[in-house]
Amino acid sequence: MASHRITFPASEADIRELRAGDEVVVDGHIVGIRDRTQIRIFDQGVPPPLDLSGALLLHTAPNVRKVGEGRYEKICIGTTTSARMVRFTEPLGAQYGVRAICGKGGLPDEAIEPMRRLGMVYLAIVGGAAALETTQIEEIEEVAWEELMPECLWKFRVRDFGPLTVGIDSHGSSLYHDVQEQAQERLKEILARI
Amino acid sequence: MSVVDVDLAGAVEGAAAHLYVWSLKDIPQDLRDALADASERETSVTGRRVLSTILRNVEVADTERNLVCQDTGIAVYTCRVGERFPLHPARIYEALKAGTERATLEHPLRSNAVHTITRENTGPNTGHRLPIVHWEFVPDWDGLDVKCVPKGSGSENMSFLKMCVPADGVRGIKQFVLESIVGAGGKPCPPGIVGVGIGGSADYAMYLAKEAIARPIGTRNPDRHVAQLEDELFELLNETGIGPMGLGGDVTVLQCHVEHADTHMTLNPVAVNYQCWAARRATAHVSASGDVEYDREA
Ligand code: SF4
Repeated sequence: MASHRITFPASEADIRELRAGDEVVVDGHIVGIRDRTQIRIFDQGVPPPLDLSGALLLHTAPNVRKVGEGRYEKICIGTTTSARMVRFTEPLGAQYGVRAICGKGGLPDEAIEPMRRLGMVYLAIVGGAAALETTQIEEIEEVAWEELMPECLWKFRVRDFGPLTVGIDSHGSSLYHDVQEQAQERLKEILARI
Repeated sequence: MSVVDVDLAGAVEGAAAHLYVWSLKDIPQDLRDALADASERETSVTGRRVLSTILRNVEVADTERNLVCQDTGIAVYTCRVGERFPLHPARIYEALKAGTERATLEHPLRSNAVHTITRENTGPNTGHRLPIVHWEFVPDWDGLDVKCVPKGSGSENMSFLKMCVPADGVRGIKQFVLESIVGAGGKPCPPGIVGVGIGGSADYAMYLAKEAIARPIGTRNPDRHVAQLEDELFELLNETGIGPMGLGGDVTVLQCHVEHADTHMTLNPVAVNYQCWAARRATAHVSASGDVEYDREA
């Protein structure tokens, strides 16, 4: 299992290097997004005012303090469960060129095929480790759709963001799928003996 | 009399406000030890990466005085009220609610409370029947213990109830717990505490499961049959290989706690309530004269 350092926005070639289980540390810019943000983009058909090509999206609803017109300071920024938002994976890649999604708990198997086809990855963060995550976010540079607070579109500048684990790669491999398959096998074996 | 009432209500409110914030920032020692042990015994690369990140995060929360996890949850309190404690539970509830609001506004904390149908925010982590309070009444005592257990949604969403039939026996209980935790995968931020409630009725089984997650790690159920089930489930759950954050590994749960109530001869309910690795809790002991002593370990 290799270790990588990637600056986002990233290219398809950067993403294709990554294999399930690899460690990734991120620098550059990432975009915070959540349920309501994506419902607005896709169900209500409103194009996002931030450029998402090559982006790493973070599933988050941050705790912030308002310090001026459209300006916010971080208090505590963590990550939410991704599975609820799986249906947006394919259109995010196909329509907006998103390269990576970072969240916790993984995406169901329906994300594997579009990620392979479009050259995307799912990066698993340690859920709940928000104190650390907050120190790795240097600044909130931009906020769009403030009326959806806290489910706005957030542009964060990050340094040493991670460590993240490649949960689903762009070659058809998913740790979540493999772990679940193996656990189901073990469960059968346990149930046969108890 | 009324002077004492006012002071006590203030003491309980202050205690609730302090507990809510404190529990979110400073996790108990038994949990810190359990996480450190887990990190020692984990052998998978991804699992070790997750656990060392969790330990680093706990340290950063200490030094930065920040929240361990961003999800401030719903505030759940467990109250043990002595029969001679001079403030009536109706007033204790009001004080807990006021304290929850104060903590949320003063810190400030993210408010998660919404109306279940309109999804509009209902207040600073309060609303109709929020916060949630579990009550226990203790004879021959004049004190009050308040334990605050903020409950995040990632783990609360992984709650399961099954009305097993008596013929399913204990095996049915074990099977349901195992299937629930395997099905939950990485979503509830494992490794955490699996709370299991058995017996009673459907609602009471889930209530007991929530009681179970609030127990310190290392405590065992005093009933030896139940304690044996705790041990067995702990072993079996860790054999599933779900691992830290569901990325595979040896440590799927830090502990399994079971609480039970006797039940009807044709009932065999089993409820599972998951508590994530950020198993936050903090307690205040309030005396009849309004002195408050804080206790991270209870
Ligand atoms: S499940 Fe627990 S650790 Fe994970 S994000 Fe929610 S509250 Fe935090």
